[in-house]
Amino acid sequence: MDHNYQKDISGCGLTGLISTKKRMIGGADIVKSLCLMNDRGNGLGAGYAAYGIYPKFKDFYAFHIMFDEPSVRRTVEEYLKNNYKVEKVEEIPTFPVKAISISPLLVRYFVQPLKERLVGEIAEDDFVVNSVMKINSEVEGAYIFSSGKNMGAFKGVGNPSDIAEFFRIEDYSGYIWTAHTRFPTNTPGWWGGAHPFTLLDWSIVHNGEISSYGINKRYLEMYGYKLTLLTDTEVVTYLLDLLIRKHGLSIPAAAMALASPFWKKIDEMEKDDREVLTALRQTYGSALLNGPFSILFGHGKGLVGINDRIKLRPLVAAVKDDITYMASEESAIRAICPAPEKVWAPRAGQPVIVELED
Amino acid sequence: MFKSLAPPEYLATIDREKCIRCKRCIQNCGWGVYSWGGDKIVINTSKCVKCLRCYHYCPEEAIEIVDNPTKFKNNAYWGFHNIRNIKRQAETGGIPLTGMGSDLPYTILFDNLLIDACQVTNPSIDPLREPMELRTYLGKKPSSVELEKGKDGKPRLKDRMPPQIKIEVPIIFSPMSFGSISLNAQKVLAHAARECGILMNTGEGGLHEDLLPYKDNIIVQVASGRFGVNPEYLNAGVAVEIKIGQGAKPGIGGHLPGEKIPLEVARTRMIPVGTDALSPAPQHDIYSIEDLRQLIYAIKEATNYKPVSVKIAAVHNVAAIASGIVRAGADIVYLDGFRGGTGAAPSIIRDHLGIPIEYAIAAVDDRLRQEGIRNEASIIAAGGIRSSADAAKALALGADSVAIATAALITMGCTTCGKCYTGNCSWGITTQRPELTARLDPEIYADRLVNLIHAWTHELKEILGALGINAVESLRGNRERLRGVGLDTQTLDILGVKPAGR
Ligand code: SF4
Ligand code: SF4
Repeated sequence: MDHNYQKDISGCGLTGLISTKKRMIGGADIVKSLCLMNDRGNGLGAGYAAYGIYPKFKDFYAFHIMFDEPSVRRTVEEYLKNNYKVEKVEEIPTFPVKAISISPLLVRYFVQPLKERLVGEIAEDDFVVNSVMKINSEVEGAYIFSSGKNMGAFKGVGNPSDIAEFFRIEDYSGYIWTAHTRFPTNTPGWWGGAHPFTLLDWSIVHNGEISSYGINKRYLEMYGYKLTLLTDTEVVTYLLDLLIRKHGLSIPAAAMALASPFWKKIDEMEKDDREVLTALRQTYGSALLNGPFSILFGHGKGLVGINDRIKLRPLVAAVKDDITYMASEESAIRAICPAPEKVWAPRAGQPVIVELED
Repeated sequence: MFKSLAPPEYLATIDREKCIRCKRCIQNCGWGVYSWGGDKIVINTSKCVKCLRCYHYCPEEAIEIVDNPTKFKNNAYWGFHNIRNIKRQAETGGIPLTGMGSDLPYTILFDNLLIDACQVTNPSIDPLREPMELRTYLGKKPSSVELEKGKDGKPRLKDRMPPQIKIEVPIIFSPMSFGSISLNAQKVLAHAARECGILMNTGEGGLHEDLLPYKDNIIVQVASGRFGVNPEYLNAGVAVEIKIGQGAKPGIGGHLPGEKIPLEVARTRMIPVGTDALSPAPQHDIYSIEDLRQLIYAIKEATNYKPVSVKIAAVHNVAAIASGIVRAGADIVYLDGFRGGTGAAPSIIRDHLGIPIEYAIAAVDDRLRQEGIRNEASIIAAGGIRSSADAAKALALGADSVAIATAALITMGCTTCGKCYTGNCSWGITTQRPELTARLDPEIYADRLVNLIHAWTHELKEILGALGINAVESLRGNRERLRGVGLDTQTLDILGVKPAGR
């Protein structure tokens, strides 16, 4: 539990969309939406996440890994071979972009944990999380930045249009998209630091600064999470992982724990609701996210937007047909959906929860 | 008579021109400094403790209490208190006693820690416009909440939460027994606790019936003397505290001399009038952690599972001890630091045993987290909390709440003169002499104590606002928002705090 860390601070813009009917939407839309908010970033980080992009390998975990130098690739592949069935390996297709002169080596692996490695009670996804934690904290120069099924994150140091061009985001189609542009106010320059931040099929984009970071981090460490990135986004991702996947809370309940209503409001609720909210706050006080933020998190079954308890960062939502949009600015939505049926600004602490139809 | 070779610490002086011979000083001084000489006030300055009661009540401002300029020769090694104690011991052969917390110049870590504030990248919050939440729940928390669908489809709690004690501000009053302080002083605490939605603690002297109306704001204590303990007592408050030790006198017991056991104290403690009330050093049924566990569960059984707090002095191995206490089933661990106050303790013990509370909070919070059991108990930190800033720092280091005693007594007039053990407190606080205790009107002084808690509450809200957070949960254990100034690397490591500038 080292306390001598330097926390990463940045401002940003975010956008996301979901087709509840699982219609495949090309990457061009999300790129256009994000590029409209160029002034919310400073060219030091941008990224995209998409769900439904690997239908052929949908039963495999898609590991997107960045290597600072080719030699560490061997170490990681050795580890993967020993623990996973590796169905396919390929370099992530990238295309030369003038503004991006250096980039890490980017490789994707479609893998499944080896049955014999799942000893004892360990669940498959816990095994995967452990692998991700292990490689990211122990193998210097290697970093798994995406590890979900049938989804992937693409991100790096650059402005939104350059990163989009570099990864040819237009060439991917998915039914959920999130995207992010960044305005880091301290040392930039590492590709892994860009958003979206992902773990299994969680993908998080986040705008704001979590002023409760210190205790959120220590709380997660008690449950074995290793925080290596020192970003707010990492904390948000792991909290969602802990509350939803490990503790089995529903998404609305987890959102209530992370951006809890004020006691005054809880006290006025009727008995059963009051009991639930009181217990959530008493138990998850150290997980409360405090400070200005808006967050979009995508997962295998939907997209969620959350605002802080007093709405210190913007978040706008809109609906048209089967698509829900959420972004930092209304203009970013209107850029790709000029005439939505409904546009609204979600209230402080009120999550917007959209789920895919089965 | 042999004149003590220890010169008086203070010189009580009266401006004879101003003095109107009203004799109020005679009446007010509990130590008998003043007497009537037929035509003027006679002063016995060797009895003066500089409690300043006379100064406040002299209508003519005729009194001045000055530090005795006649001291032993300055010596950087042989301090005044060293020489003085030796002289006193040479005269009495006894152990010099003292009251209040240690006043020796050990490093004060609180004064080497500074709190963060927001600028630009995250906005600060204005507590006058936005809600700021300080409410805290003390008690064991589950590690996760399990919900199930109710009949109406809405989520319901699957299991009941363990019992929680709600406090509106994470500041409570430390245990002070009836006997060590007056009943009126206890009433001030009880009254203010109820008014502020916080807690007072009976200490080990039992519960006087006058305090029963305040039972929802009272923790009852069980200590080694077991004074006043019976099933009714255990069930009277919101929680029961087992006192193992006290920061000012770790490892030693207590001794309330028979002169201080008048009828009321005797009844409340359930002992005969005028007998010495002896609290043995250990609890004679707790010689190990297993024994503690048995007592914790015996109390839980007797109280239908009220929260049990275990109070220990902060000693070197406090982290491991606290971990054992939590594993033994305690719902609250009460840590009392080296600077903690006392009604009476040998000064050699008070000044040289234990560790400061700042280290203890950091070590215990870290250890409970390493062991994955931080949620199993709340941490109360006490022992030298002087201001809301100290409180904020203690919370940021990892405490759920702080407890204060000296600060509360100061609102009642106490000037920390440190002579509580004499039983002559002129402010009517640490005395049972009826003419002295009568001065402490519980209602008037409760207002002053309520004012203090309200003032600290406002200050804590301002601190939270500057930190850009609006709930105390986000301050608790958030050491990222503290920085050390002038602390060495190892101290910073133990506190888990970065140096300023990083
Ligand atoms: S209280 Fe003041 S004025 Fe009255 S007798 Fe004492 S010194 Fe004189
Ligand atoms: S309580 Fe009374 S005796 Fe004790 S320090 Fe305060 S003023 Fe002095």
